[in-house]
Amino acid sequence: MPSINRSKTKTPMPSQDAKLRSKNFNEVALGYTEEDAINEAQRCLNCKKPSCMEGCPVQVQIPRFIKHIAEKNFESAISVIKETNSLPAVCGRVCPQEEQCEQKCVLAKRGDPVGIGRLERFAADWERQQGVKIPDKANPIGKKVAVIGSGPAGLTCAGDLAKLGYDVTVFEAFHEPGGVLIYGIPEFRLPKEIVKQEVDFLKKLGVKVQTDMVMGKVLTVDDIFEKGYEAVFIGTGAGLPKFMKIPGENYLGVYSANEFLTRINLMKAYKFPETDTPVKVGKKVAVVGGGNVAMDSARSALRMGAEEVYIVYRRSESEMPARKEEFEHAKEEGIIFKFLTNPTRIIGDEKGWVKGLECIQMELGEPDASGRRRPVPIKGSEFTLDMDTVVIAIGTGPNPLLIEATEGLKLNKYGYIETDEDGRTSKEGVWAGGDIVTGSATVILAMGAGKKAAQSIHEYLQGK
Amino acid sequence: MFQIIDKKDLAPSIKQFVVDAPLVAQKARPGQFIILRIKEGGERIPLTIADYDTQKGTITIVFQEVGKTTKELGTLKAGDYLADFVGPLGKAVEFSNHKKVLGIGGGLGVAPLYPKLKMLHENGAEVISIIGAKTADMLIMEEEIKAVSDKTYVCTDDGSKGRHGFVTVVLKELLEQGEKFDEIIIIGPPILMKIGTEIAKPYNIPIMVSLNPIMIDGTGMCGGCRVTVGGETKFVCVDGPAFDGSKVDFDELMKRLQTYTSEEKLALDKYHSERGACKCHQ
Ligand SMILES: Cc1cc2nc3c(=O)[nH]c(=O)nc-3n(C[C@H](O)[C@H](O)[C@H](O)COP(=O)(O)OP(=O)(O)OC[C@H]3O[C@@H](n4cnc5c(N)ncnc54)[C@H](O)[C@@H]3O)c2cc1C
Ligand SMILES: Cc1cc2nc3c(=O)[nH]c(=O)nc-3n(C[C@H](O)[C@H](O)[C@H](O)COP(=O)(O)OP(=O)(O)OC[C@H]3O[C@@H](n4cnc5c(N)ncnc54)[C@H](O)[C@@H]3O)c2cc1C
Ligand code: SF4
Ligand code: SF4
Ligand code: FES
Repeated sequence: MPSINRSKTKTPMPSQDAKLRSKNFNEVALGYTEEDAINEAQRCLNCKKPSCMEGCPVQVQIPRFIKHIAEKNFESAISVIKETNSLPAVCGRVCPQEEQCEQKCVLAKRGDPVGIGRLERFAADWERQQGVKIPDKANPIGKKVAVIGSGPAGLTCAGDLAKLGYDVTVFEAFHEPGGVLIYGIPEFRLPKEIVKQEVDFLKKLGVKVQTDMVMGKVLTVDDIFEKGYEAVFIGTGAGLPKFMKIPGENYLGVYSANEFLTRINLMKAYKFPETDTPVKVGKKVAVVGGGNVAMDSARSALRMGAEEVYIVYRRSESEMPARKEEFEHAKEEGIIFKFLTNPTRIIGDEKGWVKGLECIQMELGEPDASGRRRPVPIKGSEFTLDMDTVVIAIGTGPNPLLIEATEGLKLNKYGYIETDEDGRTSKEGVWAGGDIVTGSATVILAMGAGKKAAQSIHEYLQGK
Repeated sequence: MFQIIDKKDLAPSIKQFVVDAPLVAQKARPGQFIILRIKEGGERIPLTIADYDTQKGTITIVFQEVGKTTKELGTLKAGDYLADFVGPLGKAVEFSNHKKVLGIGGGLGVAPLYPKLKMLHENGAEVISIIGAKTADMLIMEEEIKAVSDKTYVCTDDGSKGRHGFVTVVLKELLEQGEKFDEIIIIGPPILMKIGTEIAKPYNIPIMVSLNPIMIDGTGMCGGCRVTVGGETKFVCVDGPAFDGSKVDFDELMKRLQTYTSEEKLALDKYHSERGACKCHQ
C-alpha cells in the first residue's frame, strides 16, 4: 500500500525563474519529477465516489490513474488516462483544471485539490520519454471518413475512428496540423514538439493528414462525398478575429491576437530573421481582453522584448476568464493589469503608427446574461495610455469560409453550426464539433465533441 | 510538395512559374490567388493566379523580385519544389453581361489583369487594354494581353516603348474623348490604382481594383489584410481581393504596407550576405 500524504498544499511544480523566462520561449512549468509525482499522488484519497471525475468533460478515471502513480506504476497510469483522453500531455498542461476536475476534488474544500492536471502531464511526459508504443492497427473496415480541421476536435475524432479501422483523412488549411495548439497557444506553455508527436502518433495509427487544404475553396464537402468518403466531421474552430469597432483600429502596430500569435507561434517570428516572418513589438504594449488569449499575447509580447506590457480588461479580476495559473504566471512576469478599463479610441501619429490607447474607467453594474456584473463606463473618466503596440484579444467568431461553401448546414443565430448531442448536423453524413459548434471553449471540450462524433459516425456507418 | 514545371524570365527581376497543383487548378477562377511557402521556416506570400490549366493541372504565377522571399523564389528552377501552395483563395470576379470594358495594368499588375480580360474576351465583350511599365524591358505579357484585347495601348514611364508616360494618362484621354465602358479594371501598385480611380470616378463607371495588403493565412483568421472599403473594415483575402475602387481607402492600404519596412530590409541584407558567402554562387 502506498503511504498517504496529508499535506494541505499541492506539491509545488518546478518552474523557470520569472525573470529569466520572460526573455525566452522555453516552457515555463517544468513538470514533476518521479518523486514529486508520487508525493502528490499520495494526497489522493481514492474516493469511492470520486467527485473529481464529474468535473472532467471526458471522464478520465482519475483515482485509478493516480493510484497507479502512487504505486510507481506509470505505464498503467498512462494507459488508464488514454482510455478516455487521447491528448493527455496537452490537457495536463492547458485544461482549466481549477474549474474542472480539481474544482470538484474533495480536498479542495479544505486546502489545495490534488494536482490532477500536473499528474496527468507527468504520466504523459513519462510515456513520451520511454517512447510511445504504437497500438496494433485495427482491421481496416474499408470505409473512408474525412475530417476537416486538425485542432483538438478533429484530431480526436480522427484518432478514434482510425482505432476502429476507418480510413481517415484530415484536411487542414494551414501548413501544419494542430489548430490552436500550434498557431495560438505559445511554445512556453505548450511546446510544439508535443503537438507534433501527438500528430505523428495519429499518423502511425493510419490517419492521413493533408495540409494546405483550405476546404470550401479547394474542395467542398460535396466534393468529398464524391471522392468516396462516407462521412465528414467539421472541426474548423472559431478563428474569425473580432475587433472592437473603435476608431484607429487599422493603425500600424494594431494586431488581432490571432495575427499576433500566428506570426509568433506558427510562423516563428520569435526566431526572425532566422525565420522569414517578422512581428512588430514596440516598447509599450497594450493587450485588450481578459482570457487565455490575452494572457498568451501579453506574455509573448514580453518575450519579444517589450518593456512594459499592459492587460486592459473592462471587468474586474474576479470575472477574468483566463486560467488561474496563467494569470499568476503573467503577474509574476511583470504584466501590468488595468482592470475596469475599456478602450474607446486608438490614437495614431502622422505616419499611421499607434501611439496611444484612450480608455475609459468602468464600474460594475447589474449582472448581465452571462451572470457576471455588467461593466458600465464612468462618464468623463477617459484617460490615455502611451502605447506603440496594441493587441486585440476580445474573442473570435465562426469563420464563414467553409460554411458558406456548404449547402444544407443549419446554423444558429451567431453563425455557429447547429448539431444534436452527438454532433450530427442538419446535413446527411456530416458531423461537427469543437469551437465551430460551441464558440471559443476549451481543448478538452473540443476533444470531447470529437470523441462523441466519432462514436456517432461509427454507429451510422455500421448501419449503412 | 509542389513542383515547378516551367520557368520563364519575363523581364529583369520578373519571373513566371508554371506549378503543378492539380487540385488548385481544378477550382481556380479569375481574380483568385494562391499563398506559397518556399520551404520550412519560410514566409507565406500571396501571388495572383495569372493563368490556370484545368486539364494539365497547373497554375501560372508571375512575380517580381522585391524582397527576400521573392528573390529567393527567383533562384528556383524548373523541377524544383515548393513546400506549400495553397489556394485558390479569395473571391473570383464576376462580370454581368459586360459589353465593353477597359483593363488597365501597371507594372506587375498586368499579370493579375490578364485572366480577367481573358474571361471577358471569351464571354464576347469588347476589351480595351492599357498596359505599362517603367521601361520597355520591364513590360510583361504584352502578347498575351493583346491576344485577348480588341485594342491595346502600351505606355512606358521613360518613353522607351509605346506612349511616353503613365497608363493613367491614356485612361484620362479615353474618358475625356467620351468613351463609355461597362467597367474599368485597374490593377497595379496602390498609387496607380488610387490615381486611376480618382480620374475615373467622375464618369460614374464601375471601377474594379485588386488589392495587395500583407497577408498571412489568406483564410480570414488573422485580420492582418484588413482595409477600409466604404467605411467598413474588410478582409482582402476573403472579401476580395477585388473591390469597388471608388470606396477603397488607398492611403491606409499604402501606410499598412509599410509596417515591416525595416524588418524586410534586415531579412534581405541577411539573405544577400549569406548568399555572398555561399561558394556555389561565386
Ligand atoms: C491563444 C489561445 C489560448 C488558449 N488557451 C487555452 C487553454 O489554456 N486551455 C484550453 O482548454 N483552451 C484554450 N484555448 C481554447 C482552445 O484552444 C480551443 O477551444 C480549441 O483549440 C478548439 O479546438 P477545435 O478543434 O474546435 O478548433 P481549433 O483548435 O481552432 O482548430 C481548427 C482547425 O481547423 C482549421 N480550419 C479552419 N477552417 C478550415 C477550412 N476551411 N479547411 C481546412 N481547415 C480549416 C484551422 O486552421 C485549425 O487548424 C485557447 C485558445 C487560444 C486561441
Ligand atoms: C492578393 C495578392 C496578390 C498578389 N499578387 C502578386 C503577383 O501576382 N505578383 C507579385 O509579384 N506580387 C504579388 N503580390 C505581392 C507579393 O505578395 C509581395 O510582393 C511579396 O509578398 C513580397 O515578399 P518579399 O519577401 O519578397 O518582399 P518583402 O521584403 O516582404 O517586401 C519588399 C517590398 O515589397 C513590399 N510589399 C510587401 N508585401 C507586399 C504586398 N503584399 N503587396 C505589395 N507589396 C508588398 C514592401 O512594402 C517592400 O517594399 C500580391 C499580393 C497580394 C496580397
Ligand atoms: S482531461 Fe482535463 S479536466 Fe479531465 S482530468 Fe485531465 S486535466 Fe482534468
Ligand atoms: S476527489 Fe480528489 S481525492 Fe477524491 S479521488 Fe478525486 S482526486 Fe482523489
Ligand atoms: S490574411 Fe489573415 S485574414 Fe486575410
